[in-house]
Amino acid sequence: MTASDHAFAEVPHAWTHRHLLDLERLSADEITLVLDTATAFKDATNGCRTKLSALAGATVVNLFFESSTRTKTSFALAARRLGADVVDFSAAGSSLSKGESFIDTAKNLEAMGIDAVVVRHHTPGTPHLLTQHLGVGVINAGDGPHEHPTQGLLDILSIRERLGSLDGITVGLVGDIAHSRTARSNIWGLTKLGAKVILCGPPTLVSHRWQEFGVEVSHDLDAILPRCNVLNLLRIQFERQNTRPFPSVREYAHLYAMDKQRLRRARPDLVILAPGPINRGVEVTADVADCPQSLILDQVTNGLAVRMAALWLTCGRRATTSPSASQPTGAST
Amino acid sequence: MPTLLIQGGRIVDPSQSLDAVGNVLIRDGRIVAVGPDAAADGTVVADEVIDASGLIVTPGLIDMHVHLREPGREEDETIETGAAAAIAGGFTSVACIPNTEPPIDSQAAVEFIHQKAARADACNVFVVACASKNREGKELAEIGQLVEAGAVAFTDDGSPVYDAELMRRVFEYCRMFNKPFLAHEEVLELTAGGVMHEGRVSMVLGLKGMPAAGEEVMIGRDIALAEVTGGWLHVMHLSTAGGVELVRRAKARGIAVTAEATPHHFTLTDECLRHFDSNYKMSPPLRTAADVEAILEGLVDGTIDCIATDHAPHAVEKKMLELDRAPFGILGLETAVGLSITRLIVPGRMDWTRLVAAMSTLPAKILGIDRGTLGIGAIGDVTLIDPTMSWVVDASQFRSKSVNTPFHGWQLTGRAVATIVGGRIKFRLTETAAAS
Repeated sequence: MTASDHAFAEVPHAWTHRHLLDLERLSADEITLVLDTATAFKDATNGCRTKLSALAGATVVNLFFESSTRTKTSFALAARRLGADVVDFSAAGSSLSKGESFIDTAKNLEAMGIDAVVVRHHTPGTPHLLTQHLGVGVINAGDGPHEHPTQGLLDILSIRERLGSLDGITVGLVGDIAHSRTARSNIWGLTKLGAKVILCGPPTLVSHRWQEFGVEVSHDLDAILPRCNVLNLLRIQFERQNTRPFPSVREYAHLYAMDKQRLRRARPDLVILAPGPINRGVEVTADVADCPQSLILDQVTNGLAVRMAALWLTCGRRATTSPSASQPTGAST
Repeated sequence: MPTLLIQGGRIVDPSQSLDAVGNVLIRDGRIVAVGPDAAADGTVVADEVIDASGLIVTPGLIDMHVHLREPGREEDETIETGAAAAIAGGFTSVACIPNTEPPIDSQAAVEFIHQKAARADACNVFVVACASKNREGKELAEIGQLVEAGAVAFTDDGSPVYDAELMRRVFEYCRMFNKPFLAHEEVLELTAGGVMHEGRVSMVLGLKGMPAAGEEVMIGRDIALAEVTGGWLHVMHLSTAGGVELVRRAKARGIAVTAEATPHHFTLTDECLRHFDSNYKMSPPLRTAADVEAILEGLVDGTIDCIATDHAPHAVEKKMLELDRAPFGILGLETAVGLSITRLIVPGRMDWTRLVAAMSTLPAKILGIDRGTLGIGAIGDVTLIDPTMSWVVDASQFRSKSVNTPFHGWQLTGRAVATIVGGRIKFRLTETAAAS
């Protein structure tokens, strides 16, 4: 065991969860703990390039029911960087296509002796459903439009790295809030850490009800732009919409795409994030996506770090409780 | 001539404005004496005597909205298991909804239900038949022939009658037989893909919502059509505050509108979906606390005439799925009495006369059946209720074939302890069952 492995021998007591399902129900301290852990992993691995053995011997299953390139790869690499084995499961060609239920599939995988399941599913709550049927740790890698906690965490980590702190900064989340799990995880994480959140998009994609949670709602990007320290440009999820929420991509881009003109009207130190995959020319133009203010590639590295933290916290070795607390006195007599 | 004497219970019968401790005597399946003075002189020798002291004695309870699933989906429920669940829940009569496979839209299909119900020999099963052929919403079903076969009301429940012109024809045609149309009110474009009420909870959970307007717009249309045709609209499973208000105003204007609400809609809210448990998925969906309050008010003031369960069994392998794949529906028959007493009587919101009217007298009136009364000469359908019994819902003990209830483990007050159908005791709660 190397010195850096030693630092990750036992999951800290402050982390009490077996699963990572959402950011809504995590406290500010717990979110900070994950971010700090991610930073520590990043530092210990030369920016997530070298391997540790914190999860040596563990097996992580990637259970993906929706297509994914970056998240699935990111989780697989994160698990390997920690020394775990990774099994990729994809619904196509599995027994699910023969009619087996989702839960039976998961139980079968569990019976093969695994330690954690990373699940992506198009239905909100499916990771929660899994926790009721499985004994292993479950990490939500995106459940429909509900939450995508590691995406929220990596966005927040990227902002924290650039700006130092979240407290008091203003973050604009622009675009398809209605169908975005990234938006929900960002809203909870950012507000808990003291940032002000403005949601911006057409009323068909941004519900005024979010105001009930202390979030500002705007339909005018140009109006809010000068106030934002950070813009997170969310993808329009054409695949989740029954009817088109705006008349044309042209009109949407006209009102909400982040382009060079808008960039000029923003604060010079504006930071731009996009969770990807991005529709270039819809949410953001190519020149802005690749400009110096863009953290899009930092987000990818931080994704690895956050997922290492998430995997280790949910299935790493737990510190045993102190002997005085766990052993009743006189039990041996 | 077999006789049954129900002795010393509190008789609550809104049909004859009776609320008094007394006796009920049934001979040959018919009520022959009822009230404080009935069979009180000790000279009556009955074949069987039930001591009803401390119990509420009501005309047999009627659930006018029950899905028995047979024919077609016997893995969820059969007429036999559904009828067994009904008597265990205190219901002497149920009206079964025709969204079976095939749907009940012919005399033969009605006859099939009647025969199966007779064979089950538990409760009375009245048949609600399809309003449109094959429940397709395209052409009128043979409503006249269905009435002759014994159908008591008409509905395409599960779906609304979407075509407004056909809806108009149904109202006009049913009027000839003085039969109500039981309406499932839903604008399908507004609810497509929805799994729960559209509101702040659905927004946070990222679940597709079904807005209250999806129900209210259709109620509004059907009230207008009932008014223009003089037809009889019965709004099923009313779930929104706006819907209650629409019905209230329509009644005030003298339009022939009646309505029902379910125990789950006056007990649970959309907050229950926070755990993503498909047992809370039903249509119409669980609404907000304000809607629950409006339903309670509507029941108390009579805007909502009756309580019906929308008993909707689903086999466990179909129901315990991801939320968007699980079907809509919740069991109702075996928890309705307990929930109604716990939610309405115990907090003092409703008196017994009103509750019995909502669960017996008025459903009988809406369905036009000779039930819902303990009047002399009436058929001897009686329910005995222990109003203070505290019990815990245990779905594993249900007579229903399915277990899809979110109330498993709930502590309730009040339970049916005996169910008498046509003068015969069809169900008695044993002490061991009561203790469990």
